[in-house]
Amino acid sequence: MKPAFKYLLPLAIFLVLVGFFAAGLKLDPREVPSPLIDKPAPAFRLPVLNAAGQTFSPEDMRGQVWLLNVWASWCGACREEHPVLMAMAQRGEITLVGLDYKDTDAEASGVLTQAGNPYKTVAVDADGRVGIDYGVYGVPETYVIDKAGVIRYKQIGPVTDEALHTKILPLIKGLQ
Amino acid sequence: MMKKLWGIWLMLPLLAWAQAQPLGDDPAVEARLKALSTELRCLVCQNQTLADSTAPLAEDLRREIRELIAKGMSDKEITEYLVARYGDFVRYRPPVKAQTMLLWVGPSVLLVGGLAGLWLALRRRNQILVDDNDEEGEEA
Repeated sequence: MKPAFKYLLPLAIFLVLVGFFAAGLKLDPREVPSPLIDKPAPAFRLPVLNAAGQTFSPEDMRGQVWLLNVWASWCGACREEHPVLMAMAQRGEITLVGLDYKDTDAEASGVLTQAGNPYKTVAVDADGRVGIDYGVYGVPETYVIDKAGVIRYKQIGPVTDEALHTKILPLIKGLQ
Repeated sequence: MMKKLWGIWLMLPLLAWAQAQPLGDDPAVEARLKALSTELRCLVCQNQTLADSTAPLAEDLRREIRELIAKGMSDKEITEYLVARYGDFVRYRPPVKAQTMLLWVGPSVLLVGGLAGLWLALRRRNQILVDDNDEEGEEA
């Protein structure tokens, strides 16, 4: 073995490892890519919060681009994204539908009266079954659903201003 | 006396075991649920299996699996049901496909590479030793 090669080989291996670790640092293990992207949004029909007898189904939103935001009154990170959702609702850029996940109606209504209600409709998923169909594993989660009822994007964790302006809004503009 | 006490101590876990009630009624279903859920990952506490986790989602998913078993679905169908919702990540044994090739083949490649390197290094060292011996032999 030539001496130059002998010394360069460990350096090369080291650099390859650094490359792997650097890429690994940017990956968040909490963010599990959803297999539902570009698939039709799972169908459901659920009661609407504070509207006795009314139900909501994704079918009702056909022909519209909309956001399905999975939230709960017990979820701390949902408070974090709440102002962002409120601002979005006030600008009227997009229809926001809430999915109240494993919650009680009283507590959910309490949060909405206290902090404001950014949702057009809130569907009540009391036992979390619809959440399972949507692959929800940590609230809040937000789905962008297009006119044909296909899921185009999933935000895992709170909707931040950054995610909204760099990913969600440009995507919605393209879909509308 | 001490021995007797020890005996009682050792029996205590048995008591706890006898008290633990299975959540379902059908022991066959519970056995299948247990076998399946040890192969599946809890997405909330990602290093725990669905069988071990006490996260609410894990409880819901165990309930779901119990119902799917009752519906007569096979283990494969149930796994596919969960993969369709949560992705391959729910499986503790990732499937072999183009994306996971490095994962499956990587360790073997490293092992073979390491052994080859070791063999080469040992052979060279041997060669040097043999050469040294030869030189000593000539001097003598």
